[in-house]
Amino acid sequence: MTLLSVTNLGVHTDAGTPLVHNLSFDLAAGERLGLIGESGSGKSVTSLAVTGLLGAGLVATGSVLLDGVQVVGAAERRLVPLRGRVASVVFQEPLTALDPLMRIGRQVAEPIARHRGLRGSALRAAVAEALAEVSLDEARISRAFPHEISGGQRQRAAIAIALGSRPRLLIADEPTTALDVTVQAQILRLLDELVDARGMALLFISHDLAVVSAMTRDVIVMSSGVAVERGTIDRVLSAPEHPYTAQLVQSARGLDDMLGTR
Amino acid sequence: MSAVLIASTDVARARRHRSWTLLSGLVLVGTVVLVALISLVWLPYAPADTTGTRLEAPSGTHWLGTDKLGRDLATQLMIGARIALVVGLGSVVIGAILGITIGLTAAFAASWLDDTISAALDVVIAFPVLLLAMLIVAAQGASLGSVIVAIGLAMSAVVARLTRVLTKRVLGEQFVTAARTSGTRWPGIVVRHILPNIWPTLSVNLALQFGVAVLAEASLSYLGLGAPPPNASWGRLLQEAQGTVITAPVGAIAPGIALIMLVIGVNFIADGLRDVADPARKGSR
Repeated sequence: MTLLSVTNLGVHTDAGTPLVHNLSFDLAAGERLGLIGESGSGKSVTSLAVTGLLGAGLVATGSVLLDGVQVVGAAERRLVPLRGRVASVVFQEPLTALDPLMRIGRQVAEPIARHRGLRGSALRAAVAEALAEVSLDEARISRAFPHEISGGQRQRAAIAIALGSRPRLLIADEPTTALDVTVQAQILRLLDELVDARGMALLFISHDLAVVSAMTRDVIVMSSGVAVERGTIDRVLSAPEHPYTAQLVQSARGLDDMLGTR
Repeated sequence: MSAVLIASTDVARARRHRSWTLLSGLVLVGTVVLVALISLVWLPYAPADTTGTRLEAPSGTHWLGTDKLGRDLATQLMIGARIALVVGLGSVVIGAILGITIGLTAAFAASWLDDTISAALDVVIAFPVLLLAMLIVAAQGASLGSVIVAIGLAMSAVVARLTRVLTKRVLGEQFVTAARTSGTRWPGIVVRHILPNIWPTLSVNLALQFGVAVLAEASLSYLGLGAPPPNASWGRLLQEAQGTVITAPVGAIAPGIALIMLVIGVNFIADGLRDVADPARKGSR
């Protein structure tokens, strides 16, 4: 059984404005897939629709089978067991994705306690282990509030939280966009290693071709809510079929040339 | 460089100012609390006894003089402190429990129910607290309990409206979505994320409401709807002293000052609380 099977997914607002149209893809356990597109192309809405977390005023149609469970139109009660256990999400902006009034240690502890049923000293050990796994082994981090640590450390903490529930699918929604370039590389390497080590499936969402190419082999290019092209990242970069992809690749290359990096 | 210097001295000054307000608030309220506690174990005279002549001036035997029946004023003032604190605390507890429940319900409810609750709250808030409390006391009879319930109910509307707005704001935050993606159920989100995040603002408001409740009780008593004598509250003392304010001003001035002390005190504490409850503001920011 495919871990995540999206068929003809559509998302539109109450008023009828379409955000995602007729999107289909499959993701088997342990596989990776990149979703590329400019902001407003429907990438993040897709990630929310997959976990059944679309906000008020957004309606999903079509079918999303997450571990065999239909997510579209499902009751909250059916979705809660899937979240964390089957799929976890790492968000773009770690400062807003962390509760400002809760110490990092407690935020990391929560999914671990819930999904693995640990308490007391076993829980404390698991939290320390989870933080060490994302290279946050300074003792002070666990006691710190989110505003007291750096952006990169916050995103590491967010990753530790997302992985604490031992998900089989990790959805990374622009996880490095809010970070500076050197930290970006570290976070990407960390994600890459963790996804590999645990054999997780990865749905990686980004507007950045270079970042996606570092993480996944297969990509879907989205524009205005429609998947305009799909294939391996090498093929998409070297021989884009759709005019939008060509434009995307060209502008990325143009930026690289301008910076003189390649 | 100089801008940084100015900014940092501004912060230092603001912090000193804040700790000053919190400290004076604690001293003012602490005095009232101390007097109330002493009144439980010791009073200068039995409150109902006419131990002096009518309207005595302050002296060694009657520190604040006597009222128009010859009862000791200091004794009555001490009992009044007890009543003021019980009313403030009791109505804040009732107002908080009821208000937070209603506010959370509205924030989570379907839009038609939310709209209905909000409209009802607006109507209740449109009534002055005092008028609303008068209606309830008039219906239930004047006792300390009904005064507390009345003020608490009136207060709950204000608390509910604030809770609803704050909750909606927190619900829009990404960390709520993040908590949901990791499988937290709504009750867990309310307890762990929403309540702690609305508490800094809510607690300041509740402290202010404490002052409002004390004043409302004093006003009710002044109008003759408060707790009946001999457990007279400060508002009642003010009313009793009203007729003789020219000849024996202490009778009106003393409870007046006591009221002002307590209300200003809790307002100062409310100011200071804001910073204690919000770790992001305490830090280096």
